[in-house]
Amino acid sequence: MGERVNKSIIIALVLAAILALLPFGLPRFYVYLIALIVTFGLVSTSLNFVLGFGGIYQFHHAVFYGVGAYGAAVTIMKLGWSPWIGFVVGPLTAAFLSLVMGIICIRLSKLYFGMLQISLGSLVWVTVYRWYGLTGGDDGIHGVTVPELIESPTGSYYFTMIVAALSLFIMYRILHAPFGSILQGIRDNAIRSQALGVNVRRHQLIALVIAGFFAGVAGVLFVVIDNSVFPDMMFWTLSLEVTIMALLGGWFTFMGPMLGAAIIVLLRTFVSTVTDYWALVLSVVLVLVILFLPEGVLGKVFEIWHQRHPEKSAQGE
Amino acid sequence: MDALSAIWSPGLVCQVLLGLSRTVILFIVASGLSLILGVLRIPNIAHGSLYMIGAFMAYTVSRLFGGGIMGYWMAVLLAPLAVALLSFVAERGIFCRVYDREHIMLFLLTFAFSLMFGDLVKMAWGAEYRTVPMPSFFQGSIPILGLPFPIYNFFLLLIGPLVAIALYLLVNKTKMGKISRAAAVDREMVGGVGVNVSRVFCTVFVIGCLLAGLGGVLVAPIVNVSLGMDHTLIMEAFLIVIMGGLGNVWGALLGALIFGITQSLGILIWPQFGIVFPYAAVVVVLSFRPTGLLRSTW
Repeated sequence: MGERVNKSIIIALVLAAILALLPFGLPRFYVYLIALIVTFGLVSTSLNFVLGFGGIYQFHHAVFYGVGAYGAAVTIMKLGWSPWIGFVVGPLTAAFLSLVMGIICIRLSKLYFGMLQISLGSLVWVTVYRWYGLTGGDDGIHGVTVPELIESPTGSYYFTMIVAALSLFIMYRILHAPFGSILQGIRDNAIRSQALGVNVRRHQLIALVIAGFFAGVAGVLFVVIDNSVFPDMMFWTLSLEVTIMALLGGWFTFMGPMLGAAIIVLLRTFVSTVTDYWALVLSVVLVLVILFLPEGVLGKVFEIWHQRHPEKSAQGE
Repeated sequence: MDALSAIWSPGLVCQVLLGLSRTVILFIVASGLSLILGVLRIPNIAHGSLYMIGAFMAYTVSRLFGGGIMGYWMAVLLAPLAVALLSFVAERGIFCRVYDREHIMLFLLTFAFSLMFGDLVKMAWGAEYRTVPMPSFFQGSIPILGLPFPIYNFFLLLIGPLVAIALYLLVNKTKMGKISRAAAVDREMVGGVGVNVSRVFCTVFVIGCLLAGLGGVLVAPIVNVSLGMDHTLIMEAFLIVIMGGLGNVWGALLGALIFGITQSLGILIWPQFGIVFPYAAVVVVLSFRPTGLLRSTW
């Protein structure tokens, strides 16, 4: 066990060193691309926090990503406050919205939860879409000011990496704390968890707020990378795309969504340089994954690894 | 009294009727979606794409037949059939293998299909928008309460009840409809008494998709037929189906009526946020009745 922990720390350090050095060797575009991958990966990981680990049908997760970004952009551009305050307001707004939507939806069972959640999410989207005075309507808000320190592509890259790493670390710790175990227990058998004295709804609600908060953090990261927000950030298609990322990488694995985000963003970027029909390629990949690899890429890797090393997997993750 | 007469002005009636004529399209598409959802339990996001394909097919067919009234009727006849054929291939090829998967997987699978259909439309018709000419037969307007009302929208208002009646007869009076209702409740049992459930499912799926195609053809003369016209519509159709009760065709009708009326009244009350009202209505309805207004077949 101890040996494995050491190994994973070394891997993480090496990965961090590589990512830290990347801006020195790579062209600007690729640096931007990696920051984008990490941002989408963070949205997808925060979704997987409630979907894969919590078993909650959060169909419209992009709403919190969008609200986080809008919260920051509106605070900076309309209120004229310091960007740093905006970066805090954004995720807090997303977490608050998540709390409100959670309180309304949480009493419902799985599927009906998802349906009410998607309706509420659409209501938020359409309001943002029409509220020209505050949100810029369908144009969105462009040229959002960010602090000088992180204005350059390299600066925004490092900011994204540090914030995302911190967010991932916190979510990872939460999932491996008692809270995470209870959450997964609720996913596997809610009735038994209740019988054991767990307050099921309160745990689910807290998980939703945490997931909403980190989706909002990802929204802020997008503002830092792109300096703009637009209503498509909370359109339902993005929610499904984020879900696809989680599925592709592997639901029940922590880093799966990040891998899925990398696959999709790279696929979109490079396939679309070759052909206009990148969505067609994505759809074929998706159909194949759903039919033949429902546990996702990383899920499959772990499965094979467990088969090869039964003695190690017996000790648990 | 003044306020009352202001509310019941002819302008308002016309506005509501105009809204209702658009509701007819929503109803036709949503009823197909609801049929598939109720019997096959597939939340078919690709339904919106089939609606879009129906509209593009209407463009092609009506041009093929010279664009006049003849072209229009041929489009109404042929375009839904083409959509039905496409859906038949998709059902036999993929969907019939995945009925028992988790809902979220089916969501993503049908989303994959909607991406695929979107790109296929881009290949076949290109990325720029098309217009289907309004046949001269439907041009102009008729007076309703002294105000001009477009003939085509009046025609749509007539089509809506016709489709509803046809669906009622299909679901309640035919053997196929009875079997499919039974299969919606317990498909294993229906299979057990010797019915070919797979064939029934396929038929229901194709009929549902045919309705999506029909909606696309009917909307074609009054909108720009373009890529992306499926995205908002499928969202609205889903909300209507959820609001009405999953799988309940009458629920789809009720949901579409609520959606359409709140939207047209909303535009009168507060033009900028008119489109927000129907979404708010859905949330209000679901907050009080999470399973929808009418009995769901789930």
